[in-house]
Amino acid sequence: MEVTVETAKQLGLTEEEFNQIKDILGRTPNFTELSMYSVMWSEHCSYKNSIALLKTLPREGGKLLVKAGEENAGLVDIGDGWACVFKIESHNHPSAIEPFQGAATGVGGIHRDIFTMGARPIASLNSLRFGKPEDTKTQHLIRGIVHGIGYYGNCFGVPTIGGEVYFDACYSTNPLVNAMSVGIVRVGKTVSATSYGEGNPVFIVGSDTGKDGIGGASFASANIDEDSAQDLPAVQVGDPFQEKKLLEACMEIVETSALIGMQDMGAAGITCSCSEMSAKGEHGMRIDLGKVPTRQPGMKAWEMLLSESQERMLIVVKKGREQEVLKVFEKWDLNCVQIGEVTGEQRLKYYLDGKLEADVPAESLVLGGGAPVYHRETKVPAYFEKIKQVDADKIQVPKDLKTIAEKIISQPDIASKRWIYTQYDSMVGTGNAGYNALSDAQIALVKGTKKALLMTTDCNGRYVQANPYKGTMIAVAEAARNIVCSGGQPLAITNCLNFGNPYNPEVYYQFSEAIKGMGDACRRFDTPVTGGNVSFYNQSPDGPVFPTPVIGMVGLLDNLNLHTTLGFRQAGDNIYLIGQSRNDINCSTYLYKILGEKYSPAPHFDLEEEFSLQKMISILIQAGILQSAHDISDGGLFTTLLESAMVNEVGFNIQANKDIRKDAFLFGEAQSRVVVSVREGDCAEFERLLGGMVYERLGEVVEENIIIDNENWGNIVDWKEKYDTVLENLMEKEEVVS
Amino acid sequence: MKFGVVIFPGSNCDRDMMDALRHDLGQEVIPLWHKDKDIDSFRTEDCIVLPGGFSYGDYLRCGAIARFSPMMQSVIDFANKGGKVLGICNGFQILCESGLLPGVLLRNENRQFVCKNIHLISDNDTTLLTKDITGKVLRIPVAHGEGRYYADNETLDNLYKNKQILFHYCNEYGEQKGKINPNGSLRNIAGICNRRKNVFGMMPHPERATSIALGNTDGRLILQGLMQRAEVPA
Repeated sequence: MEVTVETAKQLGLTEEEFNQIKDILGRTPNFTELSMYSVMWSEHCSYKNSIALLKTLPREGGKLLVKAGEENAGLVDIGDGWACVFKIESHNHPSAIEPFQGAATGVGGIHRDIFTMGARPIASLNSLRFGKPEDTKTQHLIRGIVHGIGYYGNCFGVPTIGGEVYFDACYSTNPLVNAMSVGIVRVGKTVSATSYGEGNPVFIVGSDTGKDGIGGASFASANIDEDSAQDLPAVQVGDPFQEKKLLEACMEIVETSALIGMQDMGAAGITCSCSEMSAKGEHGMRIDLGKVPTRQPGMKAWEMLLSESQERMLIVVKKGREQEVLKVFEKWDLNCVQIGEVTGEQRLKYYLDGKLEADVPAESLVLGGGAPVYHRETKVPAYFEKIKQVDADKIQVPKDLKTIAEKIISQPDIASKRWIYTQYDSMVGTGNAGYNALSDAQIALVKGTKKALLMTTDCNGRYVQANPYKGTMIAVAEAARNIVCSGGQPLAITNCLNFGNPYNPEVYYQFSEAIKGMGDACRRFDTPVTGGNVSFYNQSPDGPVFPTPVIGMVGLLDNLNLHTTLGFRQAGDNIYLIGQSRNDINCSTYLYKILGEKYSPAPHFDLEEEFSLQKMISILIQAGILQSAHDISDGGLFTTLLESAMVNEVGFNIQANKDIRKDAFLFGEAQSRVVVSVREGDCAEFERLLGGMVYERLGEVVEENIIIDNENWGNIVDWKEKYDTVLENLMEKEEVVS
Repeated sequence: MKFGVVIFPGSNCDRDMMDALRHDLGQEVIPLWHKDKDIDSFRTEDCIVLPGGFSYGDYLRCGAIARFSPMMQSVIDFANKGGKVLGICNGFQILCESGLLPGVLLRNENRQFVCKNIHLISDNDTTLLTKDITGKVLRIPVAHGEGRYYADNETLDNLYKNKQILFHYCNEYGEQKGKINPNGSLRNIAGICNRRKNVFGMMPHPERATSIALGNTDGRLILQGLMQRAEVPA
């Protein structure tokens, strides 16, 4: 087959990129080689449209042991000889097409990123975005995606302990599925994704290689190779049982210290692992593709090189120690087949049936090497004008605020996600210390120590849409606030940047502003970015999704006794609001979803104010004076109070601040506020500790009713029933067979 | 006495069970690999646990392949000699598949996996596992997709007649009222034993409720029962 610039374009490369490949090779690439470049230089693998900006983020400092980008995921010191590894990744497009397998393989992929480093995953979280909840199509996606996440995680045996779910019409066609895995490893026991040492054997381990996943990459158009393309399933198929065995086998081979390096196979399969490991170790590889265990006979070289079959790893073993490794994989009944060896020249040579199929410099394929880097054009989005025209202050305060409160807590964004999370095994591993002790961040014990990790994912895309810079700072700040309110210290973040088409200058403006905001906030909280994932092209016919830079943050809880929960404990405790109440309903659930105003500025946020608030919360928790702490976020103060009250089914009696519009007081989403409860006897000491901090005493915890300005809003049990059943009522209607 | 915990490929509650028995209950535990079959060091006062998880990927049917593993042949012999065997969740499914316990575990009534705290109660004063905790409401987590206990009416009647029901699902007050049953099991059955009362199976996970750090120690009360010497009728 003759390769021309047309072939390159069909594979998603530009003419300029095609010429660059010819320059690198000093000749025209053959089809197999061109295919390799097309996937390695795709947005997904090369980050070509984002890397220049990502490099502006703080990527070292804090407790980071390994800088972002040096390994599959950053390594964070948690003391006692332990480190923590975590990462978040998107599987949006596969999940849009095939929600069950798309979400399942997203979970499998992110766990492999963690255990390929020698770390054992101890918890996972997920951040999901769907279209309108009442749409049949949305419900089909929810069912499939939730089932897929549960199917994979439950069998794999890592608890799904938290996450977030938002609904907005902008995500109807293109839902977001971001999965995060958190693992722990002994310092010094990590495995690197590298390859070196001429003559060292290269093994492929795990599942057989099939044709799955190829269609999901650059090969969507059928005229590349019509006969084979017809058979290609577009989405990979996951097998959590294989992955569970692979995990245990990998944990055992790490102990042998017979490894040079290991890398999981995700996007771009064998091509990606061979080139990234070789480039890092500054060596080459000679691979005989005929030795790769395949699921079907007659696979072509490019098919094997690009296959995204799941549950596979590439490992490079110290020569002479092969038997130790083979024994482990035999024990777990997994493939472990030598497919080649490390060479001294820094080239990758792939053979099939004795014929040289591809011969390329490893470095030229990878990010940081030969892969292209682009700076895209930006333009201030036109919709910003609409935001400027809105003046929320002109909106009349409604008379019946109780009805509004009921509507807010009945929004699926706000209401209980019980229908979803009961389908996930959240307690396997016996480390989820938050199931019976709810806090703003999720908590996973580090067994063998007295410590725990706190973790959370956060992003309100509506705020980022309104103001990408501020909205992204808010996402980082809220993540940190959740960890601080739970008693911990923020350590580092991972990010999953879900945006529209980067070639749209308005989208790229959102992206560049978001990166700026993230950088500023991360520097302030001393939470470097350990790594993450960029997902562009999240679009629907109506335009891009809200810019959604999801922040996954991990923090450390040194002492379990400091774990602070969000539920009010007993009647008689005093309820305080720490932080400033504001006349601000901008961008709130109340304004956007109840009043229907789609354009308004992001809510109030000031980085320094936030930082002082979090310092103060830490001081109060260290002093052991808080009965509960819960931050104010989506839905505003009322939702926060209700959530605190529902845990132990108590009520609250509060007075509104007369200087503030009552709707803004109860439902506004101005940032940097936390609701705490304090025992009567501790109040004097509490107020002394607060010093010059802005705060107000709201009222007290009572037996069972919600009372606001002496008006009884009803029994907590009834509110809880309403809050708990919103999603169930939506989802448990008769399923429409589509 | 000592405990053995069988590790099948796909077991994922094996470590949890070992941690609970060792660290929270101070017991000696020996891991048993599914491909081995030597359990000669186990005496009938000892106990072998089949942990939860997805043995052999739950392919075919939950527990259907595990029963043919070499280790299970030894466990079946051990049980037939009167040795104590406890199956939790997937372990319960394996016990039913291997014929050590009657009945089957079907897919949950609502066709969804379910993970949450539920309440259990026992009125059975004839088994080691339950005799010291009758009438006490226990809060224990469940996590399964196929936990709906099913047997024909005659089998069920016999289970009651022979006092083989270990636990029923209940509400926090111990009543079998309201939405208490997480999977639709017949007669709210959560766990049963064999007629000889040395083989125990239950869907809920007591090993997930033995630690103060997790805020629940009700599971200790169940596992403690196994630490007593069995008085098994021949």
